[in-house]
Amino acid sequence: MAKPASRLPVILAESAKLILADWLATLKATPDARLPATELETQCDSIVTRLAQACRDGNVSSVGAASFATLRDILTELSRTRALQGFSPVETATFILSLKQPLFARLRAVYSAEPERLATEMLTVSELIDALGLFMMETYQRAREEVIIRQQAEISELSTPVVKLWQGILALPLIGTLDSARTQVAMENLLDSIVRYEADIAIIDITGVPTVDTLVAQHLLKTVAAARLMGADCIISGIRPQIAQTMVHLGVELNVVSKANLSDAFALALRRLGKTVVNHGRPVPVQPT
Amino acid sequence: MDAPCQFNPRETRPMDRIPILKLGDALLVTIQVDMHDRLAMALEEDLTTRIVEPGAKGVLIDISALEIVDSFIGRTLANIAMIAKLLDADTVVVGMRPAVAITLVELGLSLPGVRTALNAERGMAMIKRRLDDAAMVPADEDEGGS
Repeated sequence: MAKPASRLPVILAESAKLILADWLATLKATPDARLPATELETQCDSIVTRLAQACRDGNVSSVGAASFATLRDILTELSRTRALQGFSPVETATFILSLKQPLFARLRAVYSAEPERLATEMLTVSELIDALGLFMMETYQRAREEVIIRQQAEISELSTPVVKLWQGILALPLIGTLDSARTQVAMENLLDSIVRYEADIAIIDITGVPTVDTLVAQHLLKTVAAARLMGADCIISGIRPQIAQTMVHLGVELNVVSKANLSDAFALALRRLGKTVVNHGRPVPVQPT
Repeated sequence: MDAPCQFNPRETRPMDRIPILKLGDALLVTIQVDMHDRLAMALEEDLTTRIVEPGAKGVLIDISALEIVDSFIGRTLANIAMIAKLLDADTVVVGMRPAVAITLVELGLSLPGVRTALNAERGMAMIKRRLDDAAMVPADEDEGGS
């Protein structure tokens, strides 16, 4: 049996204004400070217009078709900005899904005499809007992932600074979980700094590293080995008590000099360079600037 | 380990040897060209003879110009250090570039027996310190001295 062609394009074209008004009324029932009313109106208007166009030009049930391209672009842009504005996935999906209500209301008014057609048309519309909703969710998710990836890159750049503590002594305070990519950045940074500052001793401080497993230990050892090959000694500092326990239980062996905290490691480094800190007994007052 | 083992003197061009300079009790080797396998093996041979013949207590290998390193070169460096140790000379490798250090570590060659220094100056100071220490040992404690 041939399915009668959906009359959705006609309905959309005829009563676009009504549907838009209904939709806006639904959306405005739950106002959101992040979304001004005027912006919401323009967005809804363009979506309804493009939806009507897309349905008129092509198959109602194929959201992936070329006729839906402009609508997809608008939705992509929308979900992207919403992801960045901090809307939740539910809020983003509800926005497009709430278009169902006004559409269903129109269908009910048009097909009040033909319940069977009404059911079929409702199914069509429902599928269409669901597809649009899924599409929006997918772009939303992608936008969020992009944000996460960008932040990861920023964090890994920010979190591996090499500081000069003294002539010939460098410190690399590591903060956050160490993975291969981050260790690589940290290692390169440290080795370049060893050359730049002509450092004899590098202190790797892992106070800010939450967990040390076999992989992290291996990364640390690689860094230490590479620094040694260049002629600099490494001291590891800041292994926290729980981490020390875990490492021993895991059977992780770090065959390098390690100190409980950065200051002990610094003291050892100074001693190795033949320097001492003396107390000359005359505290210098801070000069007011 | 195949063809490069055989050396034909007639084939040897000037660039096929790395110069080894004698500085007091130390030998100075500066690698200013990219090493290839044959060059590395020639160096190993030359160095071994030079440590024994004029007698050297320290070997300084400057690799600050070495940009590319592979497992063979890395192993040769380790071999040279081990041979030198057997012949009672200290080897110090100086000026390794960060990229080379990372490559060697990734290859699993952390050169355990080799001493390293940041630059030639410090490496020389290291060798000197060792020679001075050796000289300070009183004659009566020197076991098996010939």
